[in-house]
Amino acid sequence: MATIAPAARTAPRFEPALMRRKLTGTLFYGACIAAVGLLLLALVALLVDVFLRAAPWLDVDFLTSVPSSRPARAGILPAMIGTLEIGLIVGLLTFPIGVAAAIYLVEYASDSRLNRMLQTNISNLAGVPSIIYGILGLAVFVRVLALGPTILSAALTLSLLILPVVIIASIEALKAVPEAQREGAYALGATRWQMVRQSVLPAAAPGIMTGIILAMARAIGEAAPLILIGAFTFVTFLPNPFEGQYTVLPIQIYGWAIRPQADFQGISAAAIVVILGLMLLLNGLALVVRARLGRHIQW
Amino acid sequence: MSAQATSLSLQRSIRERIIERLLFLAAALGVLTTFAIIAVLAIETFEFFLEVSPIEFLTGTRWSALIKPQSWGVLALVSGTVLVAAIALAIAVPLGLLAAVLLAEYASPRVRTVVKPIIETIAGVPTIVLGFFGLYFVAPHLLRPLLGADNIGTFSALAGGIVVGLLITPLIASISEDAMRAVPRGLREGAFAMGATKFEVVRKVVFPAAISGIMASIILAMSRAIGETMAVVLVVGTKPQFTFDPTESIQTMTAFIVQISIGETAQGSLEYKSLFAVGATLFAMTFALNLLSGWIVRRFRTTY
Repeated sequence: MATIAPAARTAPRFEPALMRRKLTGTLFYGACIAAVGLLLLALVALLVDVFLRAAPWLDVDFLTSVPSSRPARAGILPAMIGTLEIGLIVGLLTFPIGVAAAIYLVEYASDSRLNRMLQTNISNLAGVPSIIYGILGLAVFVRVLALGPTILSAALTLSLLILPVVIIASIEALKAVPEAQREGAYALGATRWQMVRQSVLPAAAPGIMTGIILAMARAIGEAAPLILIGAFTFVTFLPNPFEGQYTVLPIQIYGWAIRPQADFQGISAAAIVVILGLMLLLNGLALVVRARLGRHIQW
Repeated sequence: MSAQATSLSLQRSIRERIIERLLFLAAALGVLTTFAIIAVLAIETFEFFLEVSPIEFLTGTRWSALIKPQSWGVLALVSGTVLVAAIALAIAVPLGLLAAVLLAEYASPRVRTVVKPIIETIAGVPTIVLGFFGLYFVAPHLLRPLLGADNIGTFSALAGGIVVGLLITPLIASISEDAMRAVPRGLREGAFAMGATKFEVVRKVVFPAAISGIMASIILAMSRAIGETMAVVLVVGTKPQFTFDPTESIQTMTAFIVQISIGETAQGSLEYKSLFAVGATLFAMTFALNLLSGWIVRRFRTTY
C-alpha cells in the first residue's frame, strides 16, 4: 500500500484536459494570425495614406522641377540626381572592397585570433547606428580630409555604413558555394586566386550581386548620417559630386514634412512615392539579377 | 626543371601573395573604421568634458543646449531614448514573436513565401517614411482619437515608440523565425508522440530550444530602436525632459544630434561639442547591447 503514495504525487505530470488544451492552442494560433494581420494592416495603411496624399502632386513636372517655396512649382530633380550620384559612387566603392574583404575572410583567412577579430568587428560595425557614421563622416571626410559637405563626403560616409552589410551578404554567398567546386579547381592545378576568380566567384555572383543591390537600396534610403554631412539645404540646382551643396531624396522628404503648410505634406508624400518606387525598382533588379546569373548554376 | 618553369612558379607565388595582402587590407578596413569612430568620439567628447563636468553630464536630468541657461544633464535625452525603445519593444516583441511562430510552425510553404517578403518590406522602407507616417497618420488619426486630443499632443514618445516598434518587428520576426526553424524536427515529433498539442510543442519545445536566437534578436532590435533617427525625429518633438510618461513630447539622443546639425551651430562651440558627447553615449549603449547579443548567442547556443 505504501508504494501508491509516491506515484500519486507524480501523477499531475499527465495533462488529460484535451479540450482546454486544444482551445488554448486555437486561441494562440488566432493571436499569431492577428499579429501578422496587424503588420500587414499597418503596411497597407502606410501605403494608402501616402498615396492618397501624394496623388494630387505627382506629375511629370514634379519629377523634372527644382524645389520651390511655392508648393505648386516644387520638384525633386536635384534630390533625385543627388541620390543617384551617391548611389552610384557607393556601389562602385563598396563592390570591390566588400567582395575582397569577404573573399579574404572565407577563402584565405585561417582560424586565427586576428581573423576571428576581423569577423567579429564587421558584425559589430553592422550594429552601429547610422547617425554615428554621420559623426564619423563629419569629422573625417568633411573636416580632416577637407572634402567639405559634398556628395563625395556623403558617398564615402554611406560606403562605410553599408560595407559591413555588403561583406556579410558576400560571405554568405561564398559560403554557399560547395567545397567540391574549390577542390575541382585545385585538381586542375589552379592556384588559390585562380580558384577563387574562375571557380568560386562566378558561382557566388548571384548572391553577391543581390546583396550589393539591396545594400545600395539601404544607402539610398538613409538620411540620418547625411544630415551631419550638410545635405539639409535648399538646393535649386543640379549638384556636382565634388563641390557645392547637394541634397538627397530622404532629406528632401524630411525638409518638406517639417514645413507647417499642409500643401508641403502632399509634396513630401509625393517624394515618398518616388523613393518607394526607386526601392521597388532596386528590389526587382535584385530578383532579376539573381534569376539571370543563377540560370547556369545548379548543384 | 627548366629555369623558365621556376621563374613562372616564382612569379605566380609572388602574385598570389600580393593578392592575399590586398584582400586582407580590405577586410582590415573595418578595424580602421572602428578605431576612427572611437577616436573621433573620444577626442571631441574629451574636449566637451574640459568645459562640462562628466558628473553633471551623466547624472543631470535637465538638458538645454540651445536655450540659456544651458544645462547638460544627458539623462533627459537618455530617458527619452529609453522610453521610445521600451514602447517599441512592448509592441515589437509580441508581434514579432507571434509572426515568427506563424511563419516557422503554422504557415504552409506557400503562405510563407508570400507573407515573409511582405513583412520584410517593412524593414526595407526608408525610416523617414515611417516618421512621416507617425507624424501625419499615427499621431492625428490613431492616437488622438483613441486617447482624446486633450491627453496627447502632436508630438509624443508614444507615437515615436509605435513607428519604431513597427520598424523593428520584422527584425525580431526574421531572426526568431530562423532560430525556430533551426530546431530539429525530431524534437517536435518526440513531443507530439507524447501527446502534446501543437501549442504545447511550440511553447515547451521549440521556444526553449530557440531561446538564444530569440533573445539575440530582441537585443539587436533594442539596439536598433535606440539608434533609430529619422523615424523618431519627426514624431517625438524637440523637448528634452526626464519623464517616463509616454504621452509627453520628448527628445531622443538621435533627435538632438539632428537638431544641432540642421541648426546654425558654430563649429567649436559647446553645443557643437555636445553633439559628440551625446554621440559617444549613444555609441556606448548600442555597442554594449551588440556585444551582449553576440555573447548570448555564443553562450546559450544549442547545436543539434
